[in-house]
Amino acid sequence: MKDHSRLSEVFNEDEQRVNWHDETLWWIRQKRDKAANMLPEWELLRENASQIKHHTLSNLANYLEQFESKALANGITVHWAANAVEHNEIVLSILNRNGIDQIVKSKSMLTEECHLNAFLESNGVGVVDSDLGERIVQLAEEPPSHIVLPCIHKKKEEIGELFHKHLGTAHGEADPQVLTEAARQDLRSVFLTRRAALTGVNFAVAETGEIVICTNEGNADMGVHLADIHIASMGIEKIIPKRKDLGIFLRLLARSATGQPITTYSSHFKTPRLGQEMHMILVDNGRSRQLGREEFRNSLKCIRCGACMNTCPVYRRSGGHSYQYTISGPIGSILAPNLDMQKHADLPFASTLCGSCTNVCPVKIDIHNQLYQWRQVLVAAGKTTATKRWGMKIASTLFAYPALFGAAGKLGRSLMKITPYLFKNRLNPWYHQREMPAPPEQSFREWYKKQRNNKD
Amino acid sequence: MMTVGLFVPCYVDQFYPKAAIATLELLEKFNVKVSFPAKQTCCGQPMANSGFSHLTQASDELFTEGFAEFDYIVCPSGSCVLHLKDHLHSVKHPQKAEEIRSKIYELVEFLVDILQVQDLKARFPHKVGVHQSCHGLRGLKLAQMTELVAPGFSKPVHLLNMVDDLEIISLSRKDECCGFGGTFCVTEEAVSVKMGKDRVADHVLNGAEYITGVDLSCLMHMEGILKRQGSMVQIIHIAEILNAN
Amino acid sequence: MTMANSRSKILEAVKLSQPAFSEIITANIPQSKENLPAKFAGASTNVGGKFIQLNTLEELKSYIAENFKRTGIILSDIVELSDFSVLEIKEMDPHSLANVELAILRANLAVAENGTCWLPEENAIQRVLPFITQHLIVVVSNDAFVPSMHQAYEIIDQDIYGYGVFIAGPSKTADIEQSLVLGAHGPRSMTICLIQELNNKEKR
Repeated sequence: MKDHSRLSEVFNEDEQRVNWHDETLWWIRQKRDKAANMLPEWELLRENASQIKHHTLSNLANYLEQFESKALANGITVHWAANAVEHNEIVLSILNRNGIDQIVKSKSMLTEECHLNAFLESNGVGVVDSDLGERIVQLAEEPPSHIVLPCIHKKKEEIGELFHKHLGTAHGEADPQVLTEAARQDLRSVFLTRRAALTGVNFAVAETGEIVICTNEGNADMGVHLADIHIASMGIEKIIPKRKDLGIFLRLLARSATGQPITTYSSHFKTPRLGQEMHMILVDNGRSRQLGREEFRNSLKCIRCGACMNTCPVYRRSGGHSYQYTISGPIGSILAPNLDMQKHADLPFASTLCGSCTNVCPVKIDIHNQLYQWRQVLVAAGKTTATKRWGMKIASTLFAYPALFGAAGKLGRSLMKITPYLFKNRLNPWYHQREMPAPPEQSFREWYKKQRNNKD
Repeated sequence: MMTVGLFVPCYVDQFYPKAAIATLELLEKFNVKVSFPAKQTCCGQPMANSGFSHLTQASDELFTEGFAEFDYIVCPSGSCVLHLKDHLHSVKHPQKAEEIRSKIYELVEFLVDILQVQDLKARFPHKVGVHQSCHGLRGLKLAQMTELVAPGFSKPVHLLNMVDDLEIISLSRKDECCGFGGTFCVTEEAVSVKMGKDRVADHVLNGAEYITGVDLSCLMHMEGILKRQGSMVQIIHIAEILNAN
Repeated sequence: MTMANSRSKILEAVKLSQPAFSEIITANIPQSKENLPAKFAGASTNVGGKFIQLNTLEELKSYIAENFKRTGIILSDIVELSDFSVLEIKEMDPHSLANVELAILRANLAVAENGTCWLPEENAIQRVLPFITQHLIVVVSNDAFVPSMHQAYEIIDQDIYGYGVFIAGPSKTADIEQSLVLGAHGPRSMTICLIQELNNKEKR
């Protein structure tokens, strides 16, 4: 399997495209900065949000039960799924019971995490993703490359091509206005004909048993309000204690995500529409395990704004698909190893630990520290290579003995001069696109000994 | 008289002795008694950032024994200092290690916060781009970070402004990472180099003759790219500018 | 059944894993109450909305006549607009709203910081209406304005609703190369109309 490093190398073969990807996402980071700077209380908001999430995680079991009882009282059916398989089975059984074989779905990273689409399709249920970006990657048969901007990796000409093939737009048509209109017309007929709508959840309020879903397109509401059955899937970490806490989170979410002051729609679903069935599926799928990992539990504060991706200099230059996990970028790199340490062992290393992710995070997750911690955990669990292990052993031995280190350094520097080909070759990844530093005549310690007559 | 132990990181010792010499001379200009303990090597970061923090014990002990006696420890690298501040532990001398963690300073923060330098008598008649190394910036908070909604400041720029005839150029991305990242520079070579190229281009396009910063690791990476491009733009550690006459 | 087992399994695992209880510590965030309609107007324009101020609902009638197609279906529960709009909306099948051209609805709250309006279910009349209509006009009174989402939720906190939505401008997307397009799935335009004469009592 190709790892993040190898996939990034492939992504970087087209430098112009990397520039385009980087600049598009950097532009969003700048919009986020502008929106944040309009609120003098921004840092206070982040702190409050982080505190609320901290408190919620410390009382999560109670809040889940409170949410459940309120939701039941509101006329919602509540399901619990310990893992992805159970989640998918619950969805399928609701659909089967109602004889439904076609659904419309708005954005839900959780259903991506559970690979729900593939499961339903293999069971004869057709799924149409209604968020424009999600629809585009669905037509392209690709996973989303970004949690908020699913097709940020695609150029409009490529989308035009897809729409020409699937929606019958004119060949060569690449105007976003025209393409969006085509999708609008196509999806309108979908909304009007699907009897079940599946959505994700942005926030679930324990106090009232209501859920809040944020979209810009209105696709979640179009689907839900025209369907007989609404199925909402949520990770158990989506709980917030009180309705008024929404004030804090809604102020942070869109500003962090896209620089908008708020998403176009923030829809509060408390009871099903008259005559409608509403199901909530509360999904664990590794979250309780992550909650038990003291150094990583803060990752469960995440509200999925994607700001850490937009600011990440590595993400911008490697693309979301290089992470090979539903949630890419920095936050994905601390969530993924929890689910599968072996498969995602490369991700915590796909970072320079620059710390920008931590600074933009609206709930103040110490993302870069957790990346560092994951590295320790992965190596301790043996998820590393023999080359790395030996390299590190040798280095640590050299660093243990100053005289040995001094001698080795001197030897190394002479070798660089006498036999430069030992360093300047294809096996040295440093040298591939960078010159080696010029080795000086003497090291500082040699100079110091001579100049300052230091003994030893 | 205040005593300072000079810590010269392994790669600075081997490849950039001039920066270490400038650090030493600069500190001595301010009437500080500086010693360079011979028994020093590395802060341990290369192992720890690669996930092998359990292999840093020997270098941690060495560091603790070598530096415990000083009033302050000063080092011309933000990254190494941050690592020691966060992670230095000693089994033999736990108390001493803890003390070191609170009395170790990166050079610029030592000059600004402890020595409270007001005047430098240095001259460097060039256009200079300031690279904000991430660990110095976001770890040691040597300057305000562009992500935060907070008043601006910059300790490196505060000092560079005292240097005669020096012109600081402005950048389109003030504090983006250069992509060095320790072993990241070889394990993620493609992204590392691309990040470096982009950072270098920002400085070059804005007219820098020199790129400076508090961390030679970043500068070494950018130097490698500049040299491969055949660029005339040079890298220089901030100590060498502050010590330039 | 697995579901029942999973419930206790999950709750048990969460109880074992969650950290020691900690109280919420949040600081108060002060908000200025000055110039709210003007601030709202700016914010609303930024999110693609159009803000207008009129004196009476009579004036709104002529505004609609000048700016919207009268051939399409217009829905509203505002009695004063009954000569050109359909009032009996509540009992309709939501699918039958597919061809609505314009809906004119009332909002209880208008948030100055972000140009958003609050429509609980009774104001939306049908949940799908503010979404399925091609164009949306939201009528607000002078006392609907609050500085930020914090004050909005202080008011909403007391409300009883089955559904409610904050709406900020027309439906939109920037999924294709970050180019902003208005009219994704929902309304292509949203006009927020402050009617000076209106007060809360008259609205209900």
